[in-house]
Amino acid sequence: MRLGDIGFRILTRAAAITVLVILGAVILSLISGSLPAWRAFGLNFLIEERWNPVTERFGALAPIYGTLVTSFIATLIAVPVGLLIAMFLTELCPMWLRRPIGIAIELLAGIPSIIYGIWGLFVLAPFLQQTLQPFLIAVFGEVPLLSSLFAGPPYGIGMLTAGLILAVMVLPFITSISRDVFEAVPPVLKEAAYGIGCTTWEVVGHVVLPYARVGVIGGVMLGLGRALGETMAVTFVIGNAHRISASIIAPGTTISATIANEFTEAVGDLYTSALIALGLILFSITFIVLAAARYMLLRIERRIG
Amino acid sequence: MNPRYAARRRRNRIAMGLSLAATLFGLGWLVMILGALLWEGFNGLSVAVFTEMTPPPGSAGGLLNPIIGSLILTILAVLIGTPIGILAGTYMAEYGRYDRLTSVVRFINDILLSAPSIVVGLFVYETMVAPMGHFSGLAGSVALAVIVIPVVVRTTEDMLLLVPNPLREAAAALGLTRAVVIQRVCYRAARAGMLTGVLLAVARISGETAPLLFTALNNQFWSLNLNAPMASLPVVIFQFALSPYADWQKLAWTGALIITFTVLALSIVARSTQASSKQS
Repeated sequence: MRLGDIGFRILTRAAAITVLVILGAVILSLISGSLPAWRAFGLNFLIEERWNPVTERFGALAPIYGTLVTSFIATLIAVPVGLLIAMFLTELCPMWLRRPIGIAIELLAGIPSIIYGIWGLFVLAPFLQQTLQPFLIAVFGEVPLLSSLFAGPPYGIGMLTAGLILAVMVLPFITSISRDVFEAVPPVLKEAAYGIGCTTWEVVGHVVLPYARVGVIGGVMLGLGRALGETMAVTFVIGNAHRISASIIAPGTTISATIANEFTEAVGDLYTSALIALGLILFSITFIVLAAARYMLLRIERRIG
Repeated sequence: MNPRYAARRRRNRIAMGLSLAATLFGLGWLVMILGALLWEGFNGLSVAVFTEMTPPPGSAGGLLNPIIGSLILTILAVLIGTPIGILAGTYMAEYGRYDRLTSVVRFINDILLSAPSIVVGLFVYETMVAPMGHFSGLAGSVALAVIVIPVVVRTTEDMLLLVPNPLREAAAALGLTRAVVIQRVCYRAARAGMLTGVLLAVARISGETAPLLFTALNNQFWSLNLNAPMASLPVVIFQFALSPYADWQKLAWTGALIITFTVLALSIVARSTQASSKQS
Protein backbone atom coordinates (compact mmCIF):
# COMPACT_ATOMS: atom_id res chain seq x y z
CA MET A 1 0.00 0.00 0.00
CA ARG A 2 2.69 2.44 1.07
CA LEU A 3 4.90 1.32 -1.79
CA GLY A 4 2.13 1.98 -4.31
CA ASP A 5 1.68 5.43 -2.87
CA ILE A 6 5.33 6.35 -3.33
CA GLY A 7 5.35 4.69 -6.73
CA PHE A 8 2.45 6.83 -7.95
CA ARG A 9 4.11 9.95 -6.69
CA ILE A 10 7.33 9.11 -8.51
CA LEU A 11 5.37 8.25 -11.65
CA THR A 12 3.61 11.62 -11.73
CA ARG A 13 6.85 13.45 -11.03
CA ALA A 14 8.52 11.59 -13.88
CA ALA A 15 5.68 12.60 -16.21
CA ALA A 16 6.06 16.25 -15.18
CA ILE A 17 9.78 16.06 -15.86
CA THR A 18 9.00 14.46 -19.25
CA VAL A 19 7.48 17.77 -20.33
CA LEU A 20 10.82 19.47 -19.64
CA VAL A 21 12.69 16.64 -21.34
CA ILE A 22 10.57 17.06 -24.48
CA LEU A 23 11.47 20.73 -24.73
CA GLY A 24 15.14 19.95 -24.13
CA ALA A 25 15.09 17.17 -26.71
CA VAL A 26 13.45 19.44 -29.30
CA ILE A 27 16.15 22.07 -28.82
CA LEU A 28 19.00 19.54 -28.79
CA SER A 29 17.80 17.70 -31.89
CA LEU A 30 17.41 20.97 -33.80
CA ILE A 31 20.89 22.08 -32.79
CA SER A 32 22.54 18.77 -33.67
CA GLY A 33 20.61 18.52 -36.95
CA SER A 34 21.59 22.00 -38.01
CA LEU A 35 25.29 21.73 -37.10
CA PRO A 36 26.48 20.98 -40.68
CA ALA A 37 24.76 24.14 -41.93
CA TRP A 38 26.27 26.31 -39.20
CA ARG A 39 29.69 24.80 -39.87
CA ALA A 40 29.39 25.49 -43.59
CA PHE A 41 27.97 29.02 -43.45
CA GLY A 42 28.54 30.29 -39.92
CA LEU A 43 26.48 33.24 -38.81
CA ASN A 44 26.44 34.47 -42.40
CA PHE A 45 23.53 32.05 -42.75
CA LEU A 46 21.37 34.61 -40.98
CA ILE A 47 22.14 37.50 -43.33
CA GLU A 48 22.60 35.70 -46.63
CA GLU A 49 19.74 36.17 -49.09
CA ARG A 50 20.64 33.52 -51.67
CA TRP A 51 18.95 30.12 -51.38
CA ASN A 52 20.27 27.86 -54.08
CA PRO A 53 19.92 24.09 -53.66
CA VAL A 54 21.85 23.41 -56.87
CA THR A 55 25.05 25.14 -55.80
CA GLU A 56 24.29 24.34 -52.14
CA ARG A 57 24.48 27.98 -51.10
CA PHE A 58 21.91 28.64 -48.42
CA GLY A 59 20.93 31.77 -46.53
CA ALA A 60 17.99 32.36 -44.22
CA LEU A 61 17.36 36.05 -44.77
CA ALA A 62 14.47 35.78 -47.25
CA PRO A 63 12.42 33.32 -45.13
CA ILE A 64 13.14 35.30 -41.95
CA TYR A 65 12.08 38.49 -43.69
CA GLY A 66 8.88 36.86 -45.00
CA THR A 67 8.03 35.44 -41.58
CA LEU A 68 8.43 38.81 -39.88
CA VAL A 69 6.56 40.77 -42.57
CA THR A 70 3.56 38.42 -42.77
CA SER A 71 3.29 38.27 -38.97
CA PHE A 72 3.57 42.05 -38.79
CA ILE A 73 0.75 42.51 -41.32
CA ALA A 74 -1.33 39.97 -39.38
CA THR A 75 -0.78 41.76 -36.07
CA LEU A 76 -1.48 45.15 -37.64
CA ILE A 77 -4.91 43.94 -38.79
CA ALA A 78 -5.82 41.58 -35.95
CA VAL A 79 -5.01 43.83 -32.97
CA PRO A 80 -7.44 46.69 -33.66
CA VAL A 81 -10.14 44.31 -34.88
CA GLY A 82 -9.66 42.00 -31.90
CA LEU A 83 -9.76 44.87 -29.42
CA LEU A 84 -12.89 46.30 -31.04
CA ILE A 85 -14.60 42.91 -30.88
CA ALA A 86 -13.58 42.55 -27.23
CA MET A 87 -15.03 46.02 -26.57
CA PHE A 88 -18.23 45.06 -28.36
CA LEU A 89 -18.52 41.85 -26.32
CA THR A 90 -17.91 43.49 -22.95
CA GLU A 91 -19.62 46.88 -23.30
CA LEU A 92 -22.11 46.91 -26.13
CA CYS A 93 -23.49 43.46 -26.80
CA PRO A 94 -26.76 42.44 -25.15
CA MET A 95 -26.19 39.76 -22.49
CA TRP A 96 -27.93 36.91 -24.29
CA LEU A 97 -25.82 37.39 -27.42
CA ARG A 98 -22.44 37.49 -25.68
CA ARG A 99 -21.94 33.76 -25.32
CA PRO A 100 -22.98 32.76 -28.85
CA ILE A 101 -20.86 35.47 -30.49
CA GLY A 102 -17.91 34.67 -28.23
CA ILE A 103 -18.14 30.99 -29.15
CA ALA A 104 -18.48 31.77 -32.86
CA ILE A 105 -15.31 33.89 -32.81
CA GLU A 106 -13.50 31.15 -30.90
CA LEU A 107 -14.60 28.59 -33.48
CA LEU A 108 -12.31 30.44 -35.90
CA ALA A 109 -9.45 29.15 -33.77
CA GLY A 110 -10.78 25.60 -34.09
CA ILE A 111 -10.68 25.51 -37.88
CA PRO A 112 -7.53 23.60 -38.88
CA SER A 113 -4.88 25.64 -40.63
CA ILE A 114 -4.97 23.51 -43.76
CA ILE A 115 -8.58 24.62 -44.24
CA TYR A 116 -7.49 28.26 -44.13
CA GLY A 117 -4.89 27.31 -46.72
CA ILE A 118 -7.21 25.65 -49.22
CA TRP A 119 -9.78 28.41 -48.74
CA GLY A 120 -7.15 31.11 -49.09
CA LEU A 121 -5.80 29.61 -52.30
CA PHE A 122 -9.08 28.94 -54.07
CA VAL A 123 -11.40 31.64 -52.69
CA LEU A 124 -9.52 34.52 -51.10
CA ALA A 125 -6.55 34.82 -53.47
CA PRO A 126 -8.59 35.08 -56.69
CA PHE A 127 -10.90 37.53 -54.95
CA LEU A 128 -8.01 39.75 -53.82
CA GLN A 129 -6.44 39.53 -57.24
CA GLN A 130 -9.54 41.00 -58.81
CA THR A 131 -10.55 43.54 -56.17
CA LEU A 132 -8.28 44.69 -53.35
CA GLN A 133 -4.92 44.43 -55.08
CA PRO A 134 -5.78 46.39 -58.28
CA PHE A 135 -7.41 48.95 -56.00
CA LEU A 136 -4.25 49.27 -53.86
CA ILE A 137 -2.06 49.52 -56.95
CA ALA A 138 -4.32 52.18 -58.46
CA VAL A 139 -4.51 54.26 -55.28
CA PHE A 140 -0.93 54.03 -54.05
CA GLY A 141 0.83 53.45 -57.38
CA GLU A 142 1.51 57.17 -57.84
CA VAL A 143 2.32 58.01 -54.22
CA PRO A 144 6.06 58.14 -53.54
CA LEU A 145 7.36 55.67 -50.91
CA LEU A 146 4.06 53.78 -50.76
CA SER A 147 4.23 52.88 -54.43
CA SER A 148 7.09 50.44 -53.85
CA LEU A 149 5.00 48.71 -51.17
CA PHE A 150 2.38 47.90 -53.78
CA ALA A 151 4.57 47.44 -56.83
CA GLY A 152 4.16 44.65 -59.33
CA PRO A 153 1.23 42.83 -60.87
CA PRO A 154 -1.62 41.53 -58.69
CA TYR A 155 -0.84 37.81 -58.35
CA GLY A 156 -3.47 37.15 -55.72
CA ILE A 157 -1.05 35.07 -53.68
CA GLY A 158 1.77 36.77 -51.79
CA MET A 159 2.74 38.42 -48.52
CA LEU A 160 -0.44 40.46 -48.14
CA THR A 161 -2.75 37.48 -48.66
CA ALA A 162 -0.72 35.39 -46.20
CA GLY A 163 -0.80 38.24 -43.67
CA LEU A 164 -4.56 38.60 -44.05
CA ILE A 165 -5.17 34.87 -43.51
CA LEU A 166 -2.84 34.92 -40.49
CA ALA A 167 -4.78 37.89 -39.13
CA VAL A 168 -8.00 35.86 -39.17
CA MET A 169 -6.24 32.91 -37.57
CA VAL A 170 -4.85 34.88 -34.61
CA LEU A 171 -7.94 37.06 -34.22
CA PRO A 172 -9.71 34.62 -31.84
CA PHE A 173 -6.66 34.45 -29.52
CA ILE A 174 -6.37 38.22 -29.25
CA THR A 175 -10.14 38.63 -28.88
CA SER A 176 -10.65 36.05 -26.16
CA ILE A 177 -7.69 37.16 -24.04
CA SER A 178 -8.64 40.84 -24.41
CA ARG A 179 -12.22 40.04 -23.48
CA ASP A 180 -11.07 38.15 -20.40
CA VAL A 181 -8.84 40.98 -19.18
CA PHE A 182 -11.50 43.60 -20.01
CA GLU A 183 -13.98 41.64 -17.90
CA ALA A 184 -11.46 41.53 -15.05
CA VAL A 185 -11.43 45.32 -14.73
CA PRO A 186 -13.12 46.16 -11.40
CA PRO A 187 -16.66 47.44 -12.13
CA VAL A 188 -16.18 50.26 -9.59
CA LEU A 189 -13.57 51.87 -11.83
CA LYS A 190 -15.84 51.80 -14.84
CA GLU A 191 -18.85 52.98 -12.86
CA ALA A 192 -16.87 55.90 -11.48
CA ALA A 193 -15.88 56.93 -14.99
CA TYR A 194 -19.46 56.64 -16.24
CA GLY A 195 -20.52 58.58 -13.16
CA ILE A 196 -18.52 61.65 -14.13
CA GLY A 197 -20.13 61.53 -17.57
CA CYS A 198 -17.68 59.61 -19.75
CA THR A 199 -18.95 58.01 -22.94
CA THR A 200 -18.45 54.26 -23.45
CA TRP A 201 -15.54 54.96 -25.79
CA GLU A 202 -13.88 57.21 -23.22
CA VAL A 203 -14.36 54.61 -20.49
CA VAL A 204 -12.72 51.96 -22.67
CA GLY A 205 -9.93 54.25 -23.82
CA HIS A 206 -9.08 55.92 -20.51
CA VAL A 207 -10.00 53.32 -17.89
CA VAL A 208 -10.32 49.78 -19.27
CA LEU A 209 -7.39 49.77 -21.70
CA PRO A 210 -4.80 51.29 -19.35
CA TYR A 211 -5.86 48.88 -16.62
CA ALA A 212 -5.77 45.86 -18.92
CA ARG A 213 -2.69 46.94 -20.86
CA VAL A 214 -0.28 44.23 -19.74
CA GLY A 215 -2.81 41.49 -20.39
CA VAL A 216 -3.66 42.81 -23.82
CA ILE A 217 0.02 42.99 -24.76
CA GLY A 218 0.42 39.42 -23.51
CA GLY A 219 -2.51 38.32 -25.68
CA VAL A 220 -1.11 40.12 -28.71
CA MET A 221 2.27 38.46 -28.28
CA LEU A 222 0.60 35.08 -27.87
CA GLY A 223 -1.16 35.71 -31.18
CA LEU A 224 2.11 36.88 -32.72
CA GLY A 225 3.80 33.66 -31.57
CA ARG A 226 1.09 31.69 -33.35
CA ALA A 227 1.41 33.74 -36.52
CA LEU A 228 5.19 33.33 -36.68
CA GLY A 229 5.02 29.54 -36.58
CA GLU A 230 1.89 29.01 -38.64
CA THR A 231 2.66 26.68 -41.50
CA MET A 232 0.01 25.18 -43.72
CA ALA A 233 -2.18 28.21 -44.36
CA VAL A 234 0.85 30.27 -45.30
CA THR A 235 2.35 27.56 -47.48
CA PHE A 236 -0.72 27.63 -49.71
CA VAL A 237 -0.84 31.37 -50.34
CA ILE A 238 2.68 32.78 -49.93
CA GLY A 239 3.91 31.87 -53.41
CA ASN A 240 7.20 30.27 -52.29
CA ALA A 241 9.63 32.71 -53.87
CA HIS A 242 13.03 32.94 -52.20
CA ARG A 243 13.51 36.63 -52.59
CA ILE A 244 13.11 39.82 -50.66
CA SER A 245 11.00 42.43 -52.30
CA ALA A 246 9.70 45.68 -50.90
CA SER A 247 6.27 45.05 -52.37
CA ILE A 248 3.86 43.34 -50.01
CA ILE A 249 1.73 42.01 -52.86
CA ALA A 250 4.70 40.13 -54.30
CA PRO A 251 5.16 36.42 -53.60
CA GLY A 252 7.67 35.56 -50.88
CA THR A 253 8.32 32.76 -48.46
CA THR A 254 8.39 32.16 -44.72
CA ILE A 255 10.51 29.87 -42.60
CA SER A 256 7.70 27.41 -42.00
CA ALA A 257 6.55 27.40 -45.63
CA THR A 258 10.10 26.75 -46.84
CA ILE A 259 10.44 23.78 -44.51
CA ALA A 260 7.02 22.37 -45.41
CA ASN A 261 7.66 22.70 -49.13
CA GLU A 262 11.22 21.54 -49.43
CA PHE A 263 12.00 19.16 -46.59
CA THR A 264 10.84 15.88 -48.16
CA GLU A 265 12.45 16.82 -51.46
CA ALA A 266 15.74 17.95 -49.96
CA VAL A 267 18.64 15.90 -51.25
CA GLY A 268 22.00 16.00 -49.54
CA ASP A 269 22.87 16.52 -45.91
CA LEU A 270 23.65 20.20 -46.27
CA TYR A 271 20.23 21.00 -47.76
CA THR A 272 18.41 19.08 -45.00
CA SER A 273 20.63 20.65 -42.39
CA ALA A 274 19.95 24.16 -43.70
CA LEU A 275 16.22 23.50 -43.41
CA ILE A 276 16.63 22.25 -39.83
CA ALA A 277 18.68 25.38 -39.10
CA LEU A 278 15.67 27.38 -40.32
CA GLY A 279 13.55 25.37 -37.88
CA LEU A 280 15.94 26.27 -35.06
CA ILE A 281 15.71 29.97 -35.94
CA LEU A 282 11.91 29.78 -36.01
CA PHE A 283 11.81 27.97 -32.70
CA SER A 284 14.11 30.52 -31.08
CA ILE A 285 12.03 33.47 -32.31
CA THR A 286 8.71 31.95 -31.21
CA PHE A 287 10.21 30.81 -27.90
CA ILE A 288 11.25 34.37 -27.02
CA VAL A 289 7.92 35.86 -28.11
CA LEU A 290 5.86 33.22 -26.30
CA ALA A 291 7.97 33.41 -23.14
CA ALA A 292 7.47 37.18 -23.06
CA ALA A 293 3.73 36.71 -23.62
CA ARG A 294 3.45 34.20 -20.78
CA TYR A 295 5.45 36.42 -18.47
CA MET A 296 3.08 39.33 -19.07
CA LEU A 297 -0.03 37.18 -18.70
CA LEU A 298 1.39 35.78 -15.44
CA ARG A 299 1.81 39.32 -14.15
CA ILE A 300 -1.79 40.26 -14.84
CA GLU A 301 -3.03 36.95 -13.42
CA ARG A 302 -1.24 37.71 -10.17
CA ARG A 303 -2.81 41.14 -10.04
CA ILE A 304 -6.32 39.79 -10.66
CA GLY A 305 -5.98 36.66 -8.51
CA MET B 1 -26.17 70.80 -26.61
CA ASN B 2 -22.74 72.37 -26.53
CA PRO B 3 -20.47 71.51 -29.49
CA ARG B 4 -17.82 69.83 -27.36
CA TYR B 5 -20.34 67.38 -25.96
CA ALA B 6 -21.76 66.77 -29.42
CA ALA B 7 -18.26 65.95 -30.71
CA ARG B 8 -17.69 63.50 -27.88
CA ARG B 9 -20.98 61.80 -28.57
CA ARG B 10 -20.19 61.63 -32.25
CA ARG B 11 -16.80 60.09 -31.55
CA ASN B 12 -18.44 57.56 -29.26
CA ARG B 13 -20.99 56.64 -31.88
CA ILE B 14 -18.27 56.12 -34.50
CA ALA B 15 -16.28 53.90 -32.13
CA MET B 16 -19.35 51.81 -31.31
CA GLY B 17 -20.13 51.51 -35.00
CA LEU B 18 -16.57 50.34 -35.63
CA SER B 19 -16.78 47.75 -32.88
CA LEU B 20 -19.99 46.38 -34.36
CA ALA B 21 -18.35 46.33 -37.79
CA ALA B 22 -15.31 44.50 -36.40
CA THR B 23 -17.56 41.85 -34.88
CA LEU B 24 -19.44 41.38 -38.14
CA PHE B 25 -16.06 41.22 -39.93
CA GLY B 26 -14.91 38.43 -37.60
CA LEU B 27 -18.15 36.50 -37.92
CA GLY B 28 -18.10 37.10 -41.68
CA TRP B 29 -14.91 35.08 -42.08
CA LEU B 30 -16.43 32.14 -40.23
CA VAL B 31 -19.52 32.24 -42.43
CA MET B 32 -17.50 32.62 -45.64
CA ILE B 33 -15.13 29.77 -44.82
CA LEU B 34 -17.87 27.36 -43.75
CA GLY B 35 -19.99 28.47 -46.72
CA ALA B 36 -17.19 27.80 -49.20
CA LEU B 37 -16.57 24.39 -47.64
CA LEU B 38 -20.22 23.41 -47.96
CA TRP B 39 -20.47 24.86 -51.46
CA GLU B 40 -17.36 23.18 -52.83
CA GLY B 41 -17.28 20.02 -50.74
CA PHE B 42 -20.86 19.01 -50.19
CA ASN B 43 -21.73 17.77 -53.68
CA GLY B 44 -18.58 15.65 -53.65
CA LEU B 45 -19.84 13.85 -50.57
CA SER B 46 -20.93 10.32 -51.47
CA VAL B 47 -20.67 6.76 -50.25
CA ALA B 48 -17.65 6.26 -52.51
CA VAL B 49 -15.69 8.82 -50.49
CA PHE B 50 -15.86 6.52 -47.48
CA THR B 51 -15.44 3.18 -49.28
CA GLU B 52 -12.83 3.73 -51.99
CA MET B 53 -9.11 4.40 -51.99
CA THR B 54 -7.45 7.60 -53.15
CA PRO B 55 -7.42 7.47 -56.95
CA PRO B 56 -4.64 8.14 -59.43
CA PRO B 57 -5.23 11.43 -61.24
CA GLY B 58 -8.05 11.32 -63.75
CA SER B 59 -10.18 8.61 -62.22
CA ALA B 60 -12.83 8.38 -59.56
CA GLY B 61 -12.08 7.34 -56.02
CA GLY B 62 -12.53 8.12 -52.38
CA LEU B 63 -10.71 8.91 -49.20
CA LEU B 64 -10.96 5.61 -47.32
CA ASN B 65 -7.24 5.04 -46.70
CA PRO B 66 -6.51 8.58 -45.45
CA ILE B 67 -9.62 8.55 -43.23
CA ILE B 68 -8.58 5.25 -41.63
CA GLY B 69 -4.97 6.47 -41.47
CA SER B 70 -6.02 9.65 -39.68
CA LEU B 71 -8.13 7.64 -37.23
CA ILE B 72 -5.23 5.31 -36.42
CA LEU B 73 -2.70 8.13 -36.06
CA THR B 74 -5.05 10.16 -33.85
CA ILE B 75 -6.05 7.26 -31.59
CA LEU B 76 -2.44 6.17 -31.16
CA ALA B 77 -1.31 9.72 -30.43
CA VAL B 78 -4.01 10.07 -27.78
CA LEU B 79 -3.06 6.72 -26.27
CA ILE B 80 0.58 7.81 -26.02
CA GLY B 81 0.03 11.41 -24.99
CA THR B 82 -2.93 11.28 -22.59
CA PRO B 83 -1.38 9.16 -19.79
CA ILE B 84 1.77 11.30 -19.72
CA GLY B 85 -0.31 14.46 -19.79
CA ILE B 86 -2.67 13.36 -17.03
CA LEU B 87 0.14 12.14 -14.78
CA ALA B 88 2.13 15.35 -15.26
CA GLY B 89 -0.98 17.44 -14.57
CA THR B 90 -1.61 15.34 -11.46
CA TYR B 91 1.85 16.05 -10.12
CA MET B 92 1.44 19.77 -10.70
CA ALA B 93 -1.97 20.02 -9.03
CA GLU B 94 -1.62 17.43 -6.26
CA TYR B 95 1.91 16.63 -5.14
CA GLY B 96 3.89 19.64 -6.17
CA ARG B 97 1.30 22.37 -6.09
CA TYR B 98 3.67 24.87 -4.54
CA ASP B 99 7.09 23.66 -5.61
CA ARG B 100 9.49 25.13 -8.08
CA LEU B 101 9.34 22.23 -10.53
CA THR B 102 5.64 22.88 -11.04
CA SER B 103 6.03 26.51 -11.96
CA VAL B 104 8.86 25.69 -14.36
CA VAL B 105 6.85 22.89 -15.97
CA ARG B 106 3.79 25.12 -16.23
CA PHE B 107 5.80 27.82 -18.00
CA ILE B 108 7.47 25.38 -20.41
CA ASN B 109 4.17 23.59 -21.02
CA ASP B 110 2.46 26.83 -21.98
CA ILE B 111 5.21 27.49 -24.50
CA LEU B 112 4.93 23.98 -25.94
CA LEU B 113 1.18 24.59 -26.22
CA SER B 114 1.72 27.23 -28.89
CA ALA B 115 5.08 26.13 -30.30
CA PRO B 116 5.10 25.82 -34.09
CA SER B 117 3.93 22.33 -35.01
CA ILE B 118 6.30 22.11 -37.96
CA VAL B 119 9.20 22.18 -35.49
CA VAL B 120 7.68 19.14 -33.77
CA GLY B 121 7.77 17.43 -37.16
CA LEU B 122 11.47 18.26 -37.55
CA PHE B 123 12.16 16.99 -34.04
CA VAL B 124 10.50 13.62 -34.65
CA TYR B 125 12.21 13.38 -38.04
CA GLU B 126 15.59 13.87 -36.38
CA THR B 127 14.96 11.47 -33.51
CA MET B 128 12.87 8.72 -35.15
CA VAL B 129 12.69 8.87 -38.93
CA ALA B 130 16.37 9.51 -39.63
CA PRO B 131 17.70 6.78 -37.27
CA MET B 132 15.09 4.26 -38.50
CA GLY B 133 15.84 5.16 -42.08
CA HIS B 134 12.23 5.42 -43.26
CA PHE B 135 9.00 7.33 -42.69
CA SER B 136 6.41 5.58 -40.55
CA GLY B 137 2.93 5.90 -39.11
CA LEU B 138 4.43 5.39 -35.68
CA ALA B 139 6.63 8.47 -36.06
CA GLY B 140 3.54 10.39 -37.16
CA SER B 141 1.63 9.46 -34.05
CA VAL B 142 4.58 10.29 -31.80
CA ALA B 143 4.69 13.74 -33.42
CA LEU B 144 0.97 14.18 -32.75
CA ALA B 145 1.41 12.89 -29.19
CA VAL B 146 3.94 15.67 -28.54
CA ILE B 147 1.14 18.09 -29.44
CA VAL B 148 -1.43 16.24 -27.30
CA ILE B 149 0.64 16.31 -24.10
CA PRO B 150 0.63 20.09 -23.36
CA VAL B 151 -3.13 20.35 -23.98
CA VAL B 152 -3.90 17.51 -21.58
CA VAL B 153 -1.39 18.72 -18.95
CA ARG B 154 -3.00 22.14 -18.95
CA THR B 155 -6.61 21.00 -18.60
CA THR B 156 -5.81 18.25 -16.09
CA GLU B 157 -3.99 20.69 -13.83
CA ASP B 158 -6.73 23.31 -14.12
CA MET B 159 -9.49 20.81 -13.41
CA LEU B 160 -7.75 19.17 -10.44
CA LEU B 161 -7.13 22.61 -8.94
CA LEU B 162 -10.91 23.15 -9.02
CA VAL B 163 -11.56 20.08 -6.85
CA PRO B 164 -12.39 21.45 -3.38
CA ASN B 165 -9.91 20.60 -0.66
CA PRO B 166 -12.49 19.32 1.88
CA LEU B 167 -13.05 16.36 -0.49
CA ARG B 168 -9.38 15.43 -0.20
CA GLU B 169 -9.37 15.99 3.54
CA ALA B 170 -12.48 13.86 4.06
CA ALA B 171 -10.96 11.03 2.02
CA ALA B 172 -7.63 11.29 3.85
CA ALA B 173 -9.48 11.22 7.18
CA LEU B 174 -10.83 7.80 6.21
CA GLY B 175 -7.23 6.60 6.16
CA LEU B 176 -6.80 6.47 2.40
CA THR B 177 -3.34 7.05 1.05
CA ARG B 178 -2.59 10.02 -1.13
CA ALA B 179 -2.51 7.98 -4.34
CA VAL B 180 -5.93 6.42 -3.62
CA VAL B 181 -7.40 9.81 -2.77
CA ILE B 182 -6.19 11.18 -6.09
CA GLN B 183 -7.29 8.20 -8.16
CA ARG B 184 -10.64 7.52 -6.53
CA VAL B 185 -11.76 10.95 -5.39
CA CYS B 186 -10.01 13.74 -7.29
CA TYR B 187 -10.06 12.07 -10.72
CA ARG B 188 -13.73 11.27 -10.29
CA ALA B 189 -14.58 14.82 -9.32
CA ALA B 190 -12.60 16.27 -12.22
CA ARG B 191 -13.61 13.63 -14.77
CA ALA B 192 -15.74 15.81 -17.07
CA GLY B 193 -13.13 18.52 -17.28
CA MET B 194 -10.31 16.08 -17.97
CA LEU B 195 -12.36 14.47 -20.71
CA THR B 196 -12.82 17.94 -22.21
CA GLY B 197 -9.05 18.28 -22.33
CA VAL B 198 -8.68 15.03 -24.24
CA LEU B 199 -11.45 16.03 -26.67
CA LEU B 200 -9.78 19.41 -27.26
CA ALA B 201 -6.51 17.60 -27.91
CA VAL B 202 -8.21 15.31 -30.44
CA ALA B 203 -9.76 18.34 -32.13
CA ARG B 204 -6.38 20.00 -32.25
CA ILE B 205 -4.46 17.10 -33.78
CA SER B 206 -7.06 15.82 -36.21
CA GLY B 207 -6.41 18.78 -38.47
CA GLU B 208 -2.66 18.97 -37.95
CA THR B 209 -0.72 18.66 -41.17
CA ALA B 210 2.72 20.13 -40.64
CA PRO B 211 4.06 17.54 -38.16
CA LEU B 212 2.91 14.67 -40.41
CA LEU B 213 4.56 15.87 -43.62
CA PHE B 214 7.91 14.32 -42.86
CA THR B 215 7.01 11.74 -40.26
CA ALA B 216 4.03 9.70 -41.48
CA LEU B 217 4.46 11.08 -45.02
CA ASN B 218 1.66 9.71 -47.18
CA ASN B 219 0.58 6.48 -48.76
CA GLN B 220 -1.43 6.03 -51.94
CA PHE B 221 -2.49 2.54 -50.92
CA TRP B 222 -4.31 0.71 -48.18
CA SER B 223 -1.87 0.14 -45.35
CA LEU B 224 -2.31 -0.55 -41.66
CA ASN B 225 1.40 -1.10 -41.13
CA LEU B 226 2.59 1.33 -38.47
CA ASN B 227 6.17 0.78 -39.57
CA ALA B 228 5.47 2.10 -43.05
CA PRO B 229 4.36 5.49 -44.39
CA MET B 230 0.69 6.09 -43.65
CA ALA B 231 -1.89 8.24 -45.39
CA SER B 232 -3.71 10.89 -43.41
CA LEU B 233 -6.56 13.18 -44.35
CA PRO B 234 -4.75 16.53 -43.87
CA VAL B 235 -1.68 15.48 -45.86
CA VAL B 236 -3.85 14.10 -48.68
CA ILE B 237 -5.80 17.39 -48.75
CA PHE B 238 -2.50 19.28 -48.96
CA GLN B 239 -1.25 17.15 -51.82
CA PHE B 240 -4.53 17.03 -53.75
CA ALA B 241 -5.39 20.70 -53.36
CA LEU B 242 -2.05 21.79 -54.81
CA SER B 243 -2.29 19.34 -57.70
CA PRO B 244 -3.44 20.51 -61.14
CA TYR B 245 -6.13 17.79 -61.44
CA ALA B 246 -9.76 18.86 -61.05
CA ASP B 247 -10.97 15.58 -59.52
CA TRP B 248 -8.14 15.59 -56.95
CA GLN B 249 -9.01 19.17 -56.01
CA LYS B 250 -12.65 18.18 -55.60
CA LEU B 251 -11.68 15.33 -53.28
CA ALA B 252 -9.51 17.78 -51.32
CA TRP B 253 -12.53 20.03 -50.75
CA THR B 254 -14.63 17.06 -49.64
CA GLY B 255 -11.87 15.98 -47.25
CA ALA B 256 -11.64 19.54 -45.95
CA LEU B 257 -15.39 19.53 -45.30
CA ILE B 258 -15.17 16.24 -43.38
CA ILE B 259 -12.24 17.41 -41.23
CA THR B 260 -13.68 20.82 -40.43
CA PHE B 261 -17.04 19.56 -39.31
CA THR B 262 -15.47 16.75 -37.29
CA VAL B 263 -13.19 19.23 -35.55
CA LEU B 264 -15.95 21.79 -34.94
CA ALA B 265 -18.29 19.08 -33.63
CA LEU B 266 -15.56 17.86 -31.27
CA SER B 267 -14.87 21.32 -29.92
CA ILE B 268 -18.56 22.05 -29.43
CA VAL B 269 -19.02 18.74 -27.56
CA ALA B 270 -15.91 19.54 -25.48
CA ARG B 271 -17.31 22.97 -24.66
CA SER B 272 -20.70 21.63 -23.65
CA THR B 273 -19.26 18.97 -21.34
CA GLN B 274 -17.22 21.72 -19.76
CA ALA B 275 -20.28 23.94 -19.36
CA SER B 276 -22.39 21.16 -17.84
CA SER B 277 -19.65 20.21 -15.39
CA LYS B 278 -19.45 23.82 -14.26
CA GLN B 279 -23.17 23.94 -13.54
CA SER B 280 -23.37 20.75 -11.53
